[in-house]
Amino acid sequence: MNKTIKNGVSALTVTAFVFGILAVFLSPFAFMVFTSLKPKEQISIVGSPIWPAAQPKYEHNGEQLDVFTVPLNKCAGHDPASTISKSLALTKKGRQESTFIDPDDLAKGEFTCTVSWRALDRPWKLFLAWSNYAEVWNTIDFLRLIGNTVFYALVTMIGTVISCILVAYGFARFRFPGRDTLFIILIATLFLPGAVTIIPTYSFWQKLGLVGTWYPLIIPHFFANAYNVFLFRQYFLTLPRELDESAMMDGAGPLRILWSLIIPQSYPVIIAVVVFHIVFAWNDYFGPLIYLSTAKDNWPISVALSTFNGIYGKQPQMIQAGSLMAIVLPVILFLIAQRFFVQGIVITGVEK
Amino acid sequence: MLEELSKFKKTDSSLSSIRKLSPIARREMRTGFSFISPWLFGFFAFTLLPMLATLIFSFLNLKITDGIFSAPKFVGFDNYIHLFKDPQAGINPFAWFNSKTPGSLLITIKFALIALPIGTFFPLSLALLMNNKNLKGQFAFRTLFYMPYVVPFVASVFLWGGMLNAESGWVNRALEALGVAHDNLPQWANDVNWVYPTYVIMGIWGVGNSMLIMLASLQGVPTELYDAAKVDGANAWEIFWNITFPMISPVIFYNLVLDIIGLFQYFLVPLVVNSGTGRPGGATMFYNLYLYKTFFTYQDMSYGSTLAWFLFVIILLITIILFSTSKYWVYYAGESKS
Repeated sequence: MNKTIKNGVSALTVTAFVFGILAVFLSPFAFMVFTSLKPKEQISIVGSPIWPAAQPKYEHNGEQLDVFTVPLNKCAGHDPASTISKSLALTKKGRQESTFIDPDDLAKGEFTCTVSWRALDRPWKLFLAWSNYAEVWNTIDFLRLIGNTVFYALVTMIGTVISCILVAYGFARFRFPGRDTLFIILIATLFLPGAVTIIPTYSFWQKLGLVGTWYPLIIPHFFANAYNVFLFRQYFLTLPRELDESAMMDGAGPLRILWSLIIPQSYPVIIAVVVFHIVFAWNDYFGPLIYLSTAKDNWPISVALSTFNGIYGKQPQMIQAGSLMAIVLPVILFLIAQRFFVQGIVITGVEK
Repeated sequence: MLEELSKFKKTDSSLSSIRKLSPIARREMRTGFSFISPWLFGFFAFTLLPMLATLIFSFLNLKITDGIFSAPKFVGFDNYIHLFKDPQAGINPFAWFNSKTPGSLLITIKFALIALPIGTFFPLSLALLMNNKNLKGQFAFRTLFYMPYVVPFVASVFLWGGMLNAESGWVNRALEALGVAHDNLPQWANDVNWVYPTYVIMGIWGVGNSMLIMLASLQGVPTELYDAAKVDGANAWEIFWNITFPMISPVIFYNLVLDIIGLFQYFLVPLVVNSGTGRPGGATMFYNLYLYKTFFTYQDMSYGSTLAWFLFVIILLITIILFSTSKYWVYYAGESKS
């Protein structure tokens, strides 16, 4: 009994501690959501709440009246000993005396309070400016950006998956001289700094006149990459060879074996690679930046987002709304497919 | 993945023995090569040739002016001599202490020395916490700590730009609430003393990947080892140092190597956060950013290539040094059987 309590207490302590760290860790998401919903007027007011809010107005006889928090003991027709403050609508501004009406009690009519309206606070009320999203959507033509990004992600995903499966199958199932050395070279390319290839590569595409098009970004993905080949190969190595061999006896060629035996057994790793790749392509910034920065019509989300500082320099709510819109897809995709995601990371990081 | 590299030995027959292969083996060889041919082609076209071209460019005098490539001229080691004297590149260690503006290499090393320990200990501590048997809901925590890793880079820069805004950011508001005087609040990315911590914070946010790999490795440590140590009366620290750490050392090594290589190429964050200007006070003109600007802004292909090859050699040397130390502290459990 005593031990159960002790275990319960330590479980609670540890879990609460980790929860605290997590809350700090994820607070930027809350910041983004809160800020993205702030109305424009709120941004410039110093000391405004951190949550999205507006200072309410009251419509009276076709006029928009500002609402203030007024201590009632200063007002005519109210109890002078009262300590309550109330939200009242201002009808006439004055330095010593201002005139108000009470939105909850219109029958009372206008009354004066011996306060300067400038010294009063205006109450804040929760207000969600959903229109920020619509404005961002229209300003940067978000639909076209999504189209461009999805196009880039899908085309390169097809290229990556096909080429990496073929190459991994070659490394996993066939013996040939130099195979292990070539595989080491493949892995070593993971550690190669991109800087040592970028200048001639860029100049090459520039000479061909293809800077500003998608080709420099798409074509290399059809020639496999170390990370995904490694993932596929490790997975293929775990599949039993006996099936391959008996199919070979029956006269099936290597492509046929790959297509009807290996691939149907490999869906977890294929999904992992597909998800990894889509998230990579969605977030890819450097490639599109150097090859597409002059071709505005081809911009993916990442590049368009980086121009937000120029468009919305003084409007953080728009910057955060755009960021939020760019985040939604990869985060949802990750949450849906996280089982495969985690598996893929574990294979590359932990397996040798 | 790294074990493949660290055990690099000549294990298979060399190319000269092809003639000795049987017809069946020859056919297998042809099939194998045709399957890996996409990578072979890509490796030659997009890695090997550009690498060689970069090397050749560094001995030429190639520039682009108004979109036109200059006629190549062989200039010998001129670019390398220029590199050695260039105060902005700052590769001459003897000039580090008497130059007023920090050189890019020194900036890069300085930042790496700050970011590297944090990039190792933070994910490790988090993974150890995740692996604590008293933690409930490990799966949910693991997922949520990983999540920032999938946030697009530019979006995360904007997020942290807002969070660390000197006036309206939540971090400074929290600091003020904790009693820090308004005038002492850090200016983060606009302050020479705070810009590196700003970058480190932005980097730490994407810690999920390293944490997950370390956690998976921790979970793979056989429980018998812990039980045996407990029977022998080992305390928590002894267990960590003598069992946990050696068992997960391959993963720490993997993380370390990738971190160092990444840090030497660090430039996207300063490019976006401080617009690639080196502000504040030249403190963010990282080596790779200088390379990027040399090529893309000043369109000097040859000097850019020189900077690139120098960077490549540095990274190669560091990787070789790391790999040679690995046999003293990285423990591969499966080593004896192979």
